[in-house]
Amino acid sequence: MAKTKKSPKNEAKKLAEATRQIIRGFGRKRHNLIPILQKVQGRLGYLPLPAMTEIAAHLAIPPIDVYGVVTFYNQFRLNPPGRHSIRVCLGTACHMKGGHITLDAWKRRLKIDTRQTTEDREFDLDTVACVGCCTMAPVTVVDEKPEGQVEPTRVDGILLAFENERKARAKGKGEGN
Amino acid sequence: MKATSAAAAYGEIKGRAEARWRGPGSDRTVVMVGAATCGRAAGALEVLQAFRDEIKKRNLNVPVIEVGCMGHCYAEPLVVIARPGYPPIAYGYVNPVIAERLVKEFILGDNPCPEFVLAALTANDLLPSFADFPRAQYENKVILDNCGHIDPTDIEHYIATGGYASLAKALDTTPEAVTEEVKKSGLRGRGGAGFPTGRKWQTCREAPGSPKYIVCNADEGDPGAFMDRAILESDPHSVIEGIIIAAYAAGASHGYIYVRAEYPLAVERIDIALRQAKKLNLLGKNILGTDFSLDITLFQGSGAFVCGEETALIASLEGRSGMPRHRPPYPATQGLDGKPTVVNNVKTMAYVPHIIGRGAAWFRGIGTPESPGTAVFALAGKVVNTGLVEVPMGTTLRQIIFEAGSGIPKGRKFKAVQIGGPSGGCLPESALDLPVDFESLAGAGAMMGSGGMVVLDEDDCMVEIARYFLEFTQRESCGKCTFCRLGTKQMLEILTEFTQGEGKLEDLDTLEKLAADVKAGSLCQFGATAPNPVLTTLRYFRDEYREHIELGRCPALMCLHLIAYYILPDKCERSCDACVGTCTVEAISSNKKRIKVVDQEKCVKCGTCLTACPPQYNAVIKLSPPSEVPGK
Repeated sequence: MAKTKKSPKNEAKKLAEATRQIIRGFGRKRHNLIPILQKVQGRLGYLPLPAMTEIAAHLAIPPIDVYGVVTFYNQFRLNPPGRHSIRVCLGTACHMKGGHITLDAWKRRLKIDTRQTTEDREFDLDTVACVGCCTMAPVTVVDEKPEGQVEPTRVDGILLAFENERKARAKGKGEGN
Repeated sequence: MKATSAAAAYGEIKGRAEARWRGPGSDRTVVMVGAATCGRAAGALEVLQAFRDEIKKRNLNVPVIEVGCMGHCYAEPLVVIARPGYPPIAYGYVNPVIAERLVKEFILGDNPCPEFVLAALTANDLLPSFADFPRAQYENKVILDNCGHIDPTDIEHYIATGGYASLAKALDTTPEAVTEEVKKSGLRGRGGAGFPTGRKWQTCREAPGSPKYIVCNADEGDPGAFMDRAILESDPHSVIEGIIIAAYAAGASHGYIYVRAEYPLAVERIDIALRQAKKLNLLGKNILGTDFSLDITLFQGSGAFVCGEETALIASLEGRSGMPRHRPPYPATQGLDGKPTVVNNVKTMAYVPHIIGRGAAWFRGIGTPESPGTAVFALAGKVVNTGLVEVPMGTTLRQIIFEAGSGIPKGRKFKAVQIGGPSGGCLPESALDLPVDFESLAGAGAMMGSGGMVVLDEDDCMVEIARYFLEFTQRESCGKCTFCRLGTKQMLEILTEFTQGEGKLEDLDTLEKLAADVKAGSLCQFGATAPNPVLTTLRYFRDEYREHIELGRCPALMCLHLIAYYILPDKCERSCDACVGTCTVEAISSNKKRIKVVDQEKCVKCGTCLTACPPQYNAVIKLSPPSEVPGK
């Protein structure tokens, strides 16, 4: 991910430059819009305004068209992700087994709402329609890994593990496992 | 005419594959770990690593293969060990410690560790086999047959089991003959609509315009459905082979697989599979030396449920927001870029090689005259054996849930089955003897849909499930049609009031009226079926609605606004603090007599105390309405 300096202007410039680099190999057909957005988000972690403007220019379409597509699909995000991504499954089976209660627990602990990132950019929280692990309900996808049977106490357990990891990292040595 | 036959070219490939992949258990030991997404969620990767570490530590020459999903998801992580002298044995609920023991005692020793055995794969005198399971009587595995038994990342394993033979066979006949065979088989689209597949291909081939496209719809969005994911992760080549044959029959020269972004593992496996097929000239220019060429592009969706609708999917492929358009013209005549396009579901594609290989008559021999073949269901929710089942069309809901799925766990009572996702409905006990095919369920207000089945018991609130689905459809509505966009919103608001005990009885009529309007006023099937969960619950569980409205009571004790947690003072044990420690919001404290009390103001109703309270006390209960709490 692009390391950014504090000045917003500087950051915008860098993001635009990074975007140009990422999309260089793509053709200029409109059909490439979604694959381009996926690739840019894959690299930058989100789709900031400068990136969307660059993409619009590359495909010669109005920026509003890019914004329209970005906000239509659930996968695209407009704010930077946290170090760890928490996605709570709200599929039918998960819901019936208390997925919404698990989501409440995450919100309570992280003190953010869905589609937000904690202030220290450590965690971001989102929901997902169904990851297809219905037999493991309720499921939370933690950093791309689906975790089964995540109930409020498990939420605390997962957060504790991250906290321990962070402490170990801060110490610089003594790998906690 | 073609210079050489595809069969000859295929024969060479098959010979090589067979030399490398002898049947498991023939002369060497093989460990197969089920590592599809469901297995991974249960810890399959840790089990896989444990086997690899242990085998390496002991310097054994035993391959450990990652396979897909066998459908017994309730027993994940699942491992199959094939050892000469024994039938292949499946172990359930494996963890790294068990893995270590299996290496030590079964692979090195002679003890198959019966305490961990789920079942043997084949009938034998030593251990019970899957054939002895009650579900075996109903199951008829066609497209799930390979799942969990072959390495999905190795094309030669698929070929060694007979894969791509149907493609060679198809390429040696004409596209018309292939289409005719599929038409004769009566194969109908497995995405839910049930349109005859062969007719779609024929329309596309005969439509003017080129190039023509073939699209495999793997945007499996129904919450509670995971059949397509399991097939793509476990046996991706069967789908690819089906797409190539379909393309040949429909005259398409370019193909797309549109996969949901929420399925990263499926994406990875298809990507590998496509490369391997290309390398063996089963895909690309002049496939198997014939004149037929086809390229397939893997396209990832971006999380929009409505893109499962074929015109929305095409819009998405074109780089636009996934909004459905009016049909006709149907995509088969005017689809992607205005060219003839066939859109078929994953399962539909997966049936094609079997039909070409074994013939239309064989396929017609399974299922019902109107709906031939099998149906794949994803069983989830309150059912003992969650997982995938493949049964002939026409099997009843009761047989699927109570025989194949072994009924409801913990001795609870069956209440309803939610079938067909947000487009389907909740069917009660009285509908359980309906045979499952494309037509039968429609009369009961539901639909077969793509095959998701969530079983609900007496602890599940039907008003809440209706609200849940409306919340889903309201969020996922693309916004094009007014009734779908705003009607679902109004319906959701009414339902939300019900679950909070604030509704009025006349709202029930408003809800029904709105439902009829949304059905009539929506362009695509998404809107036209969105009210189904509400209509079916109103039809079969009206009393439950009334109880919410009139008494402010949720009989299933599920709606959070209408319940309270209470600790029975005469059952609470003084020396136990289990609930106090686990309460996630510190809402439980001890009173002077060391009896625990819930602070109703602080309580978030997460139910942790109920789970934590030791069964010998069973002091935590739920009360509805909350005014039932003594002293409140």
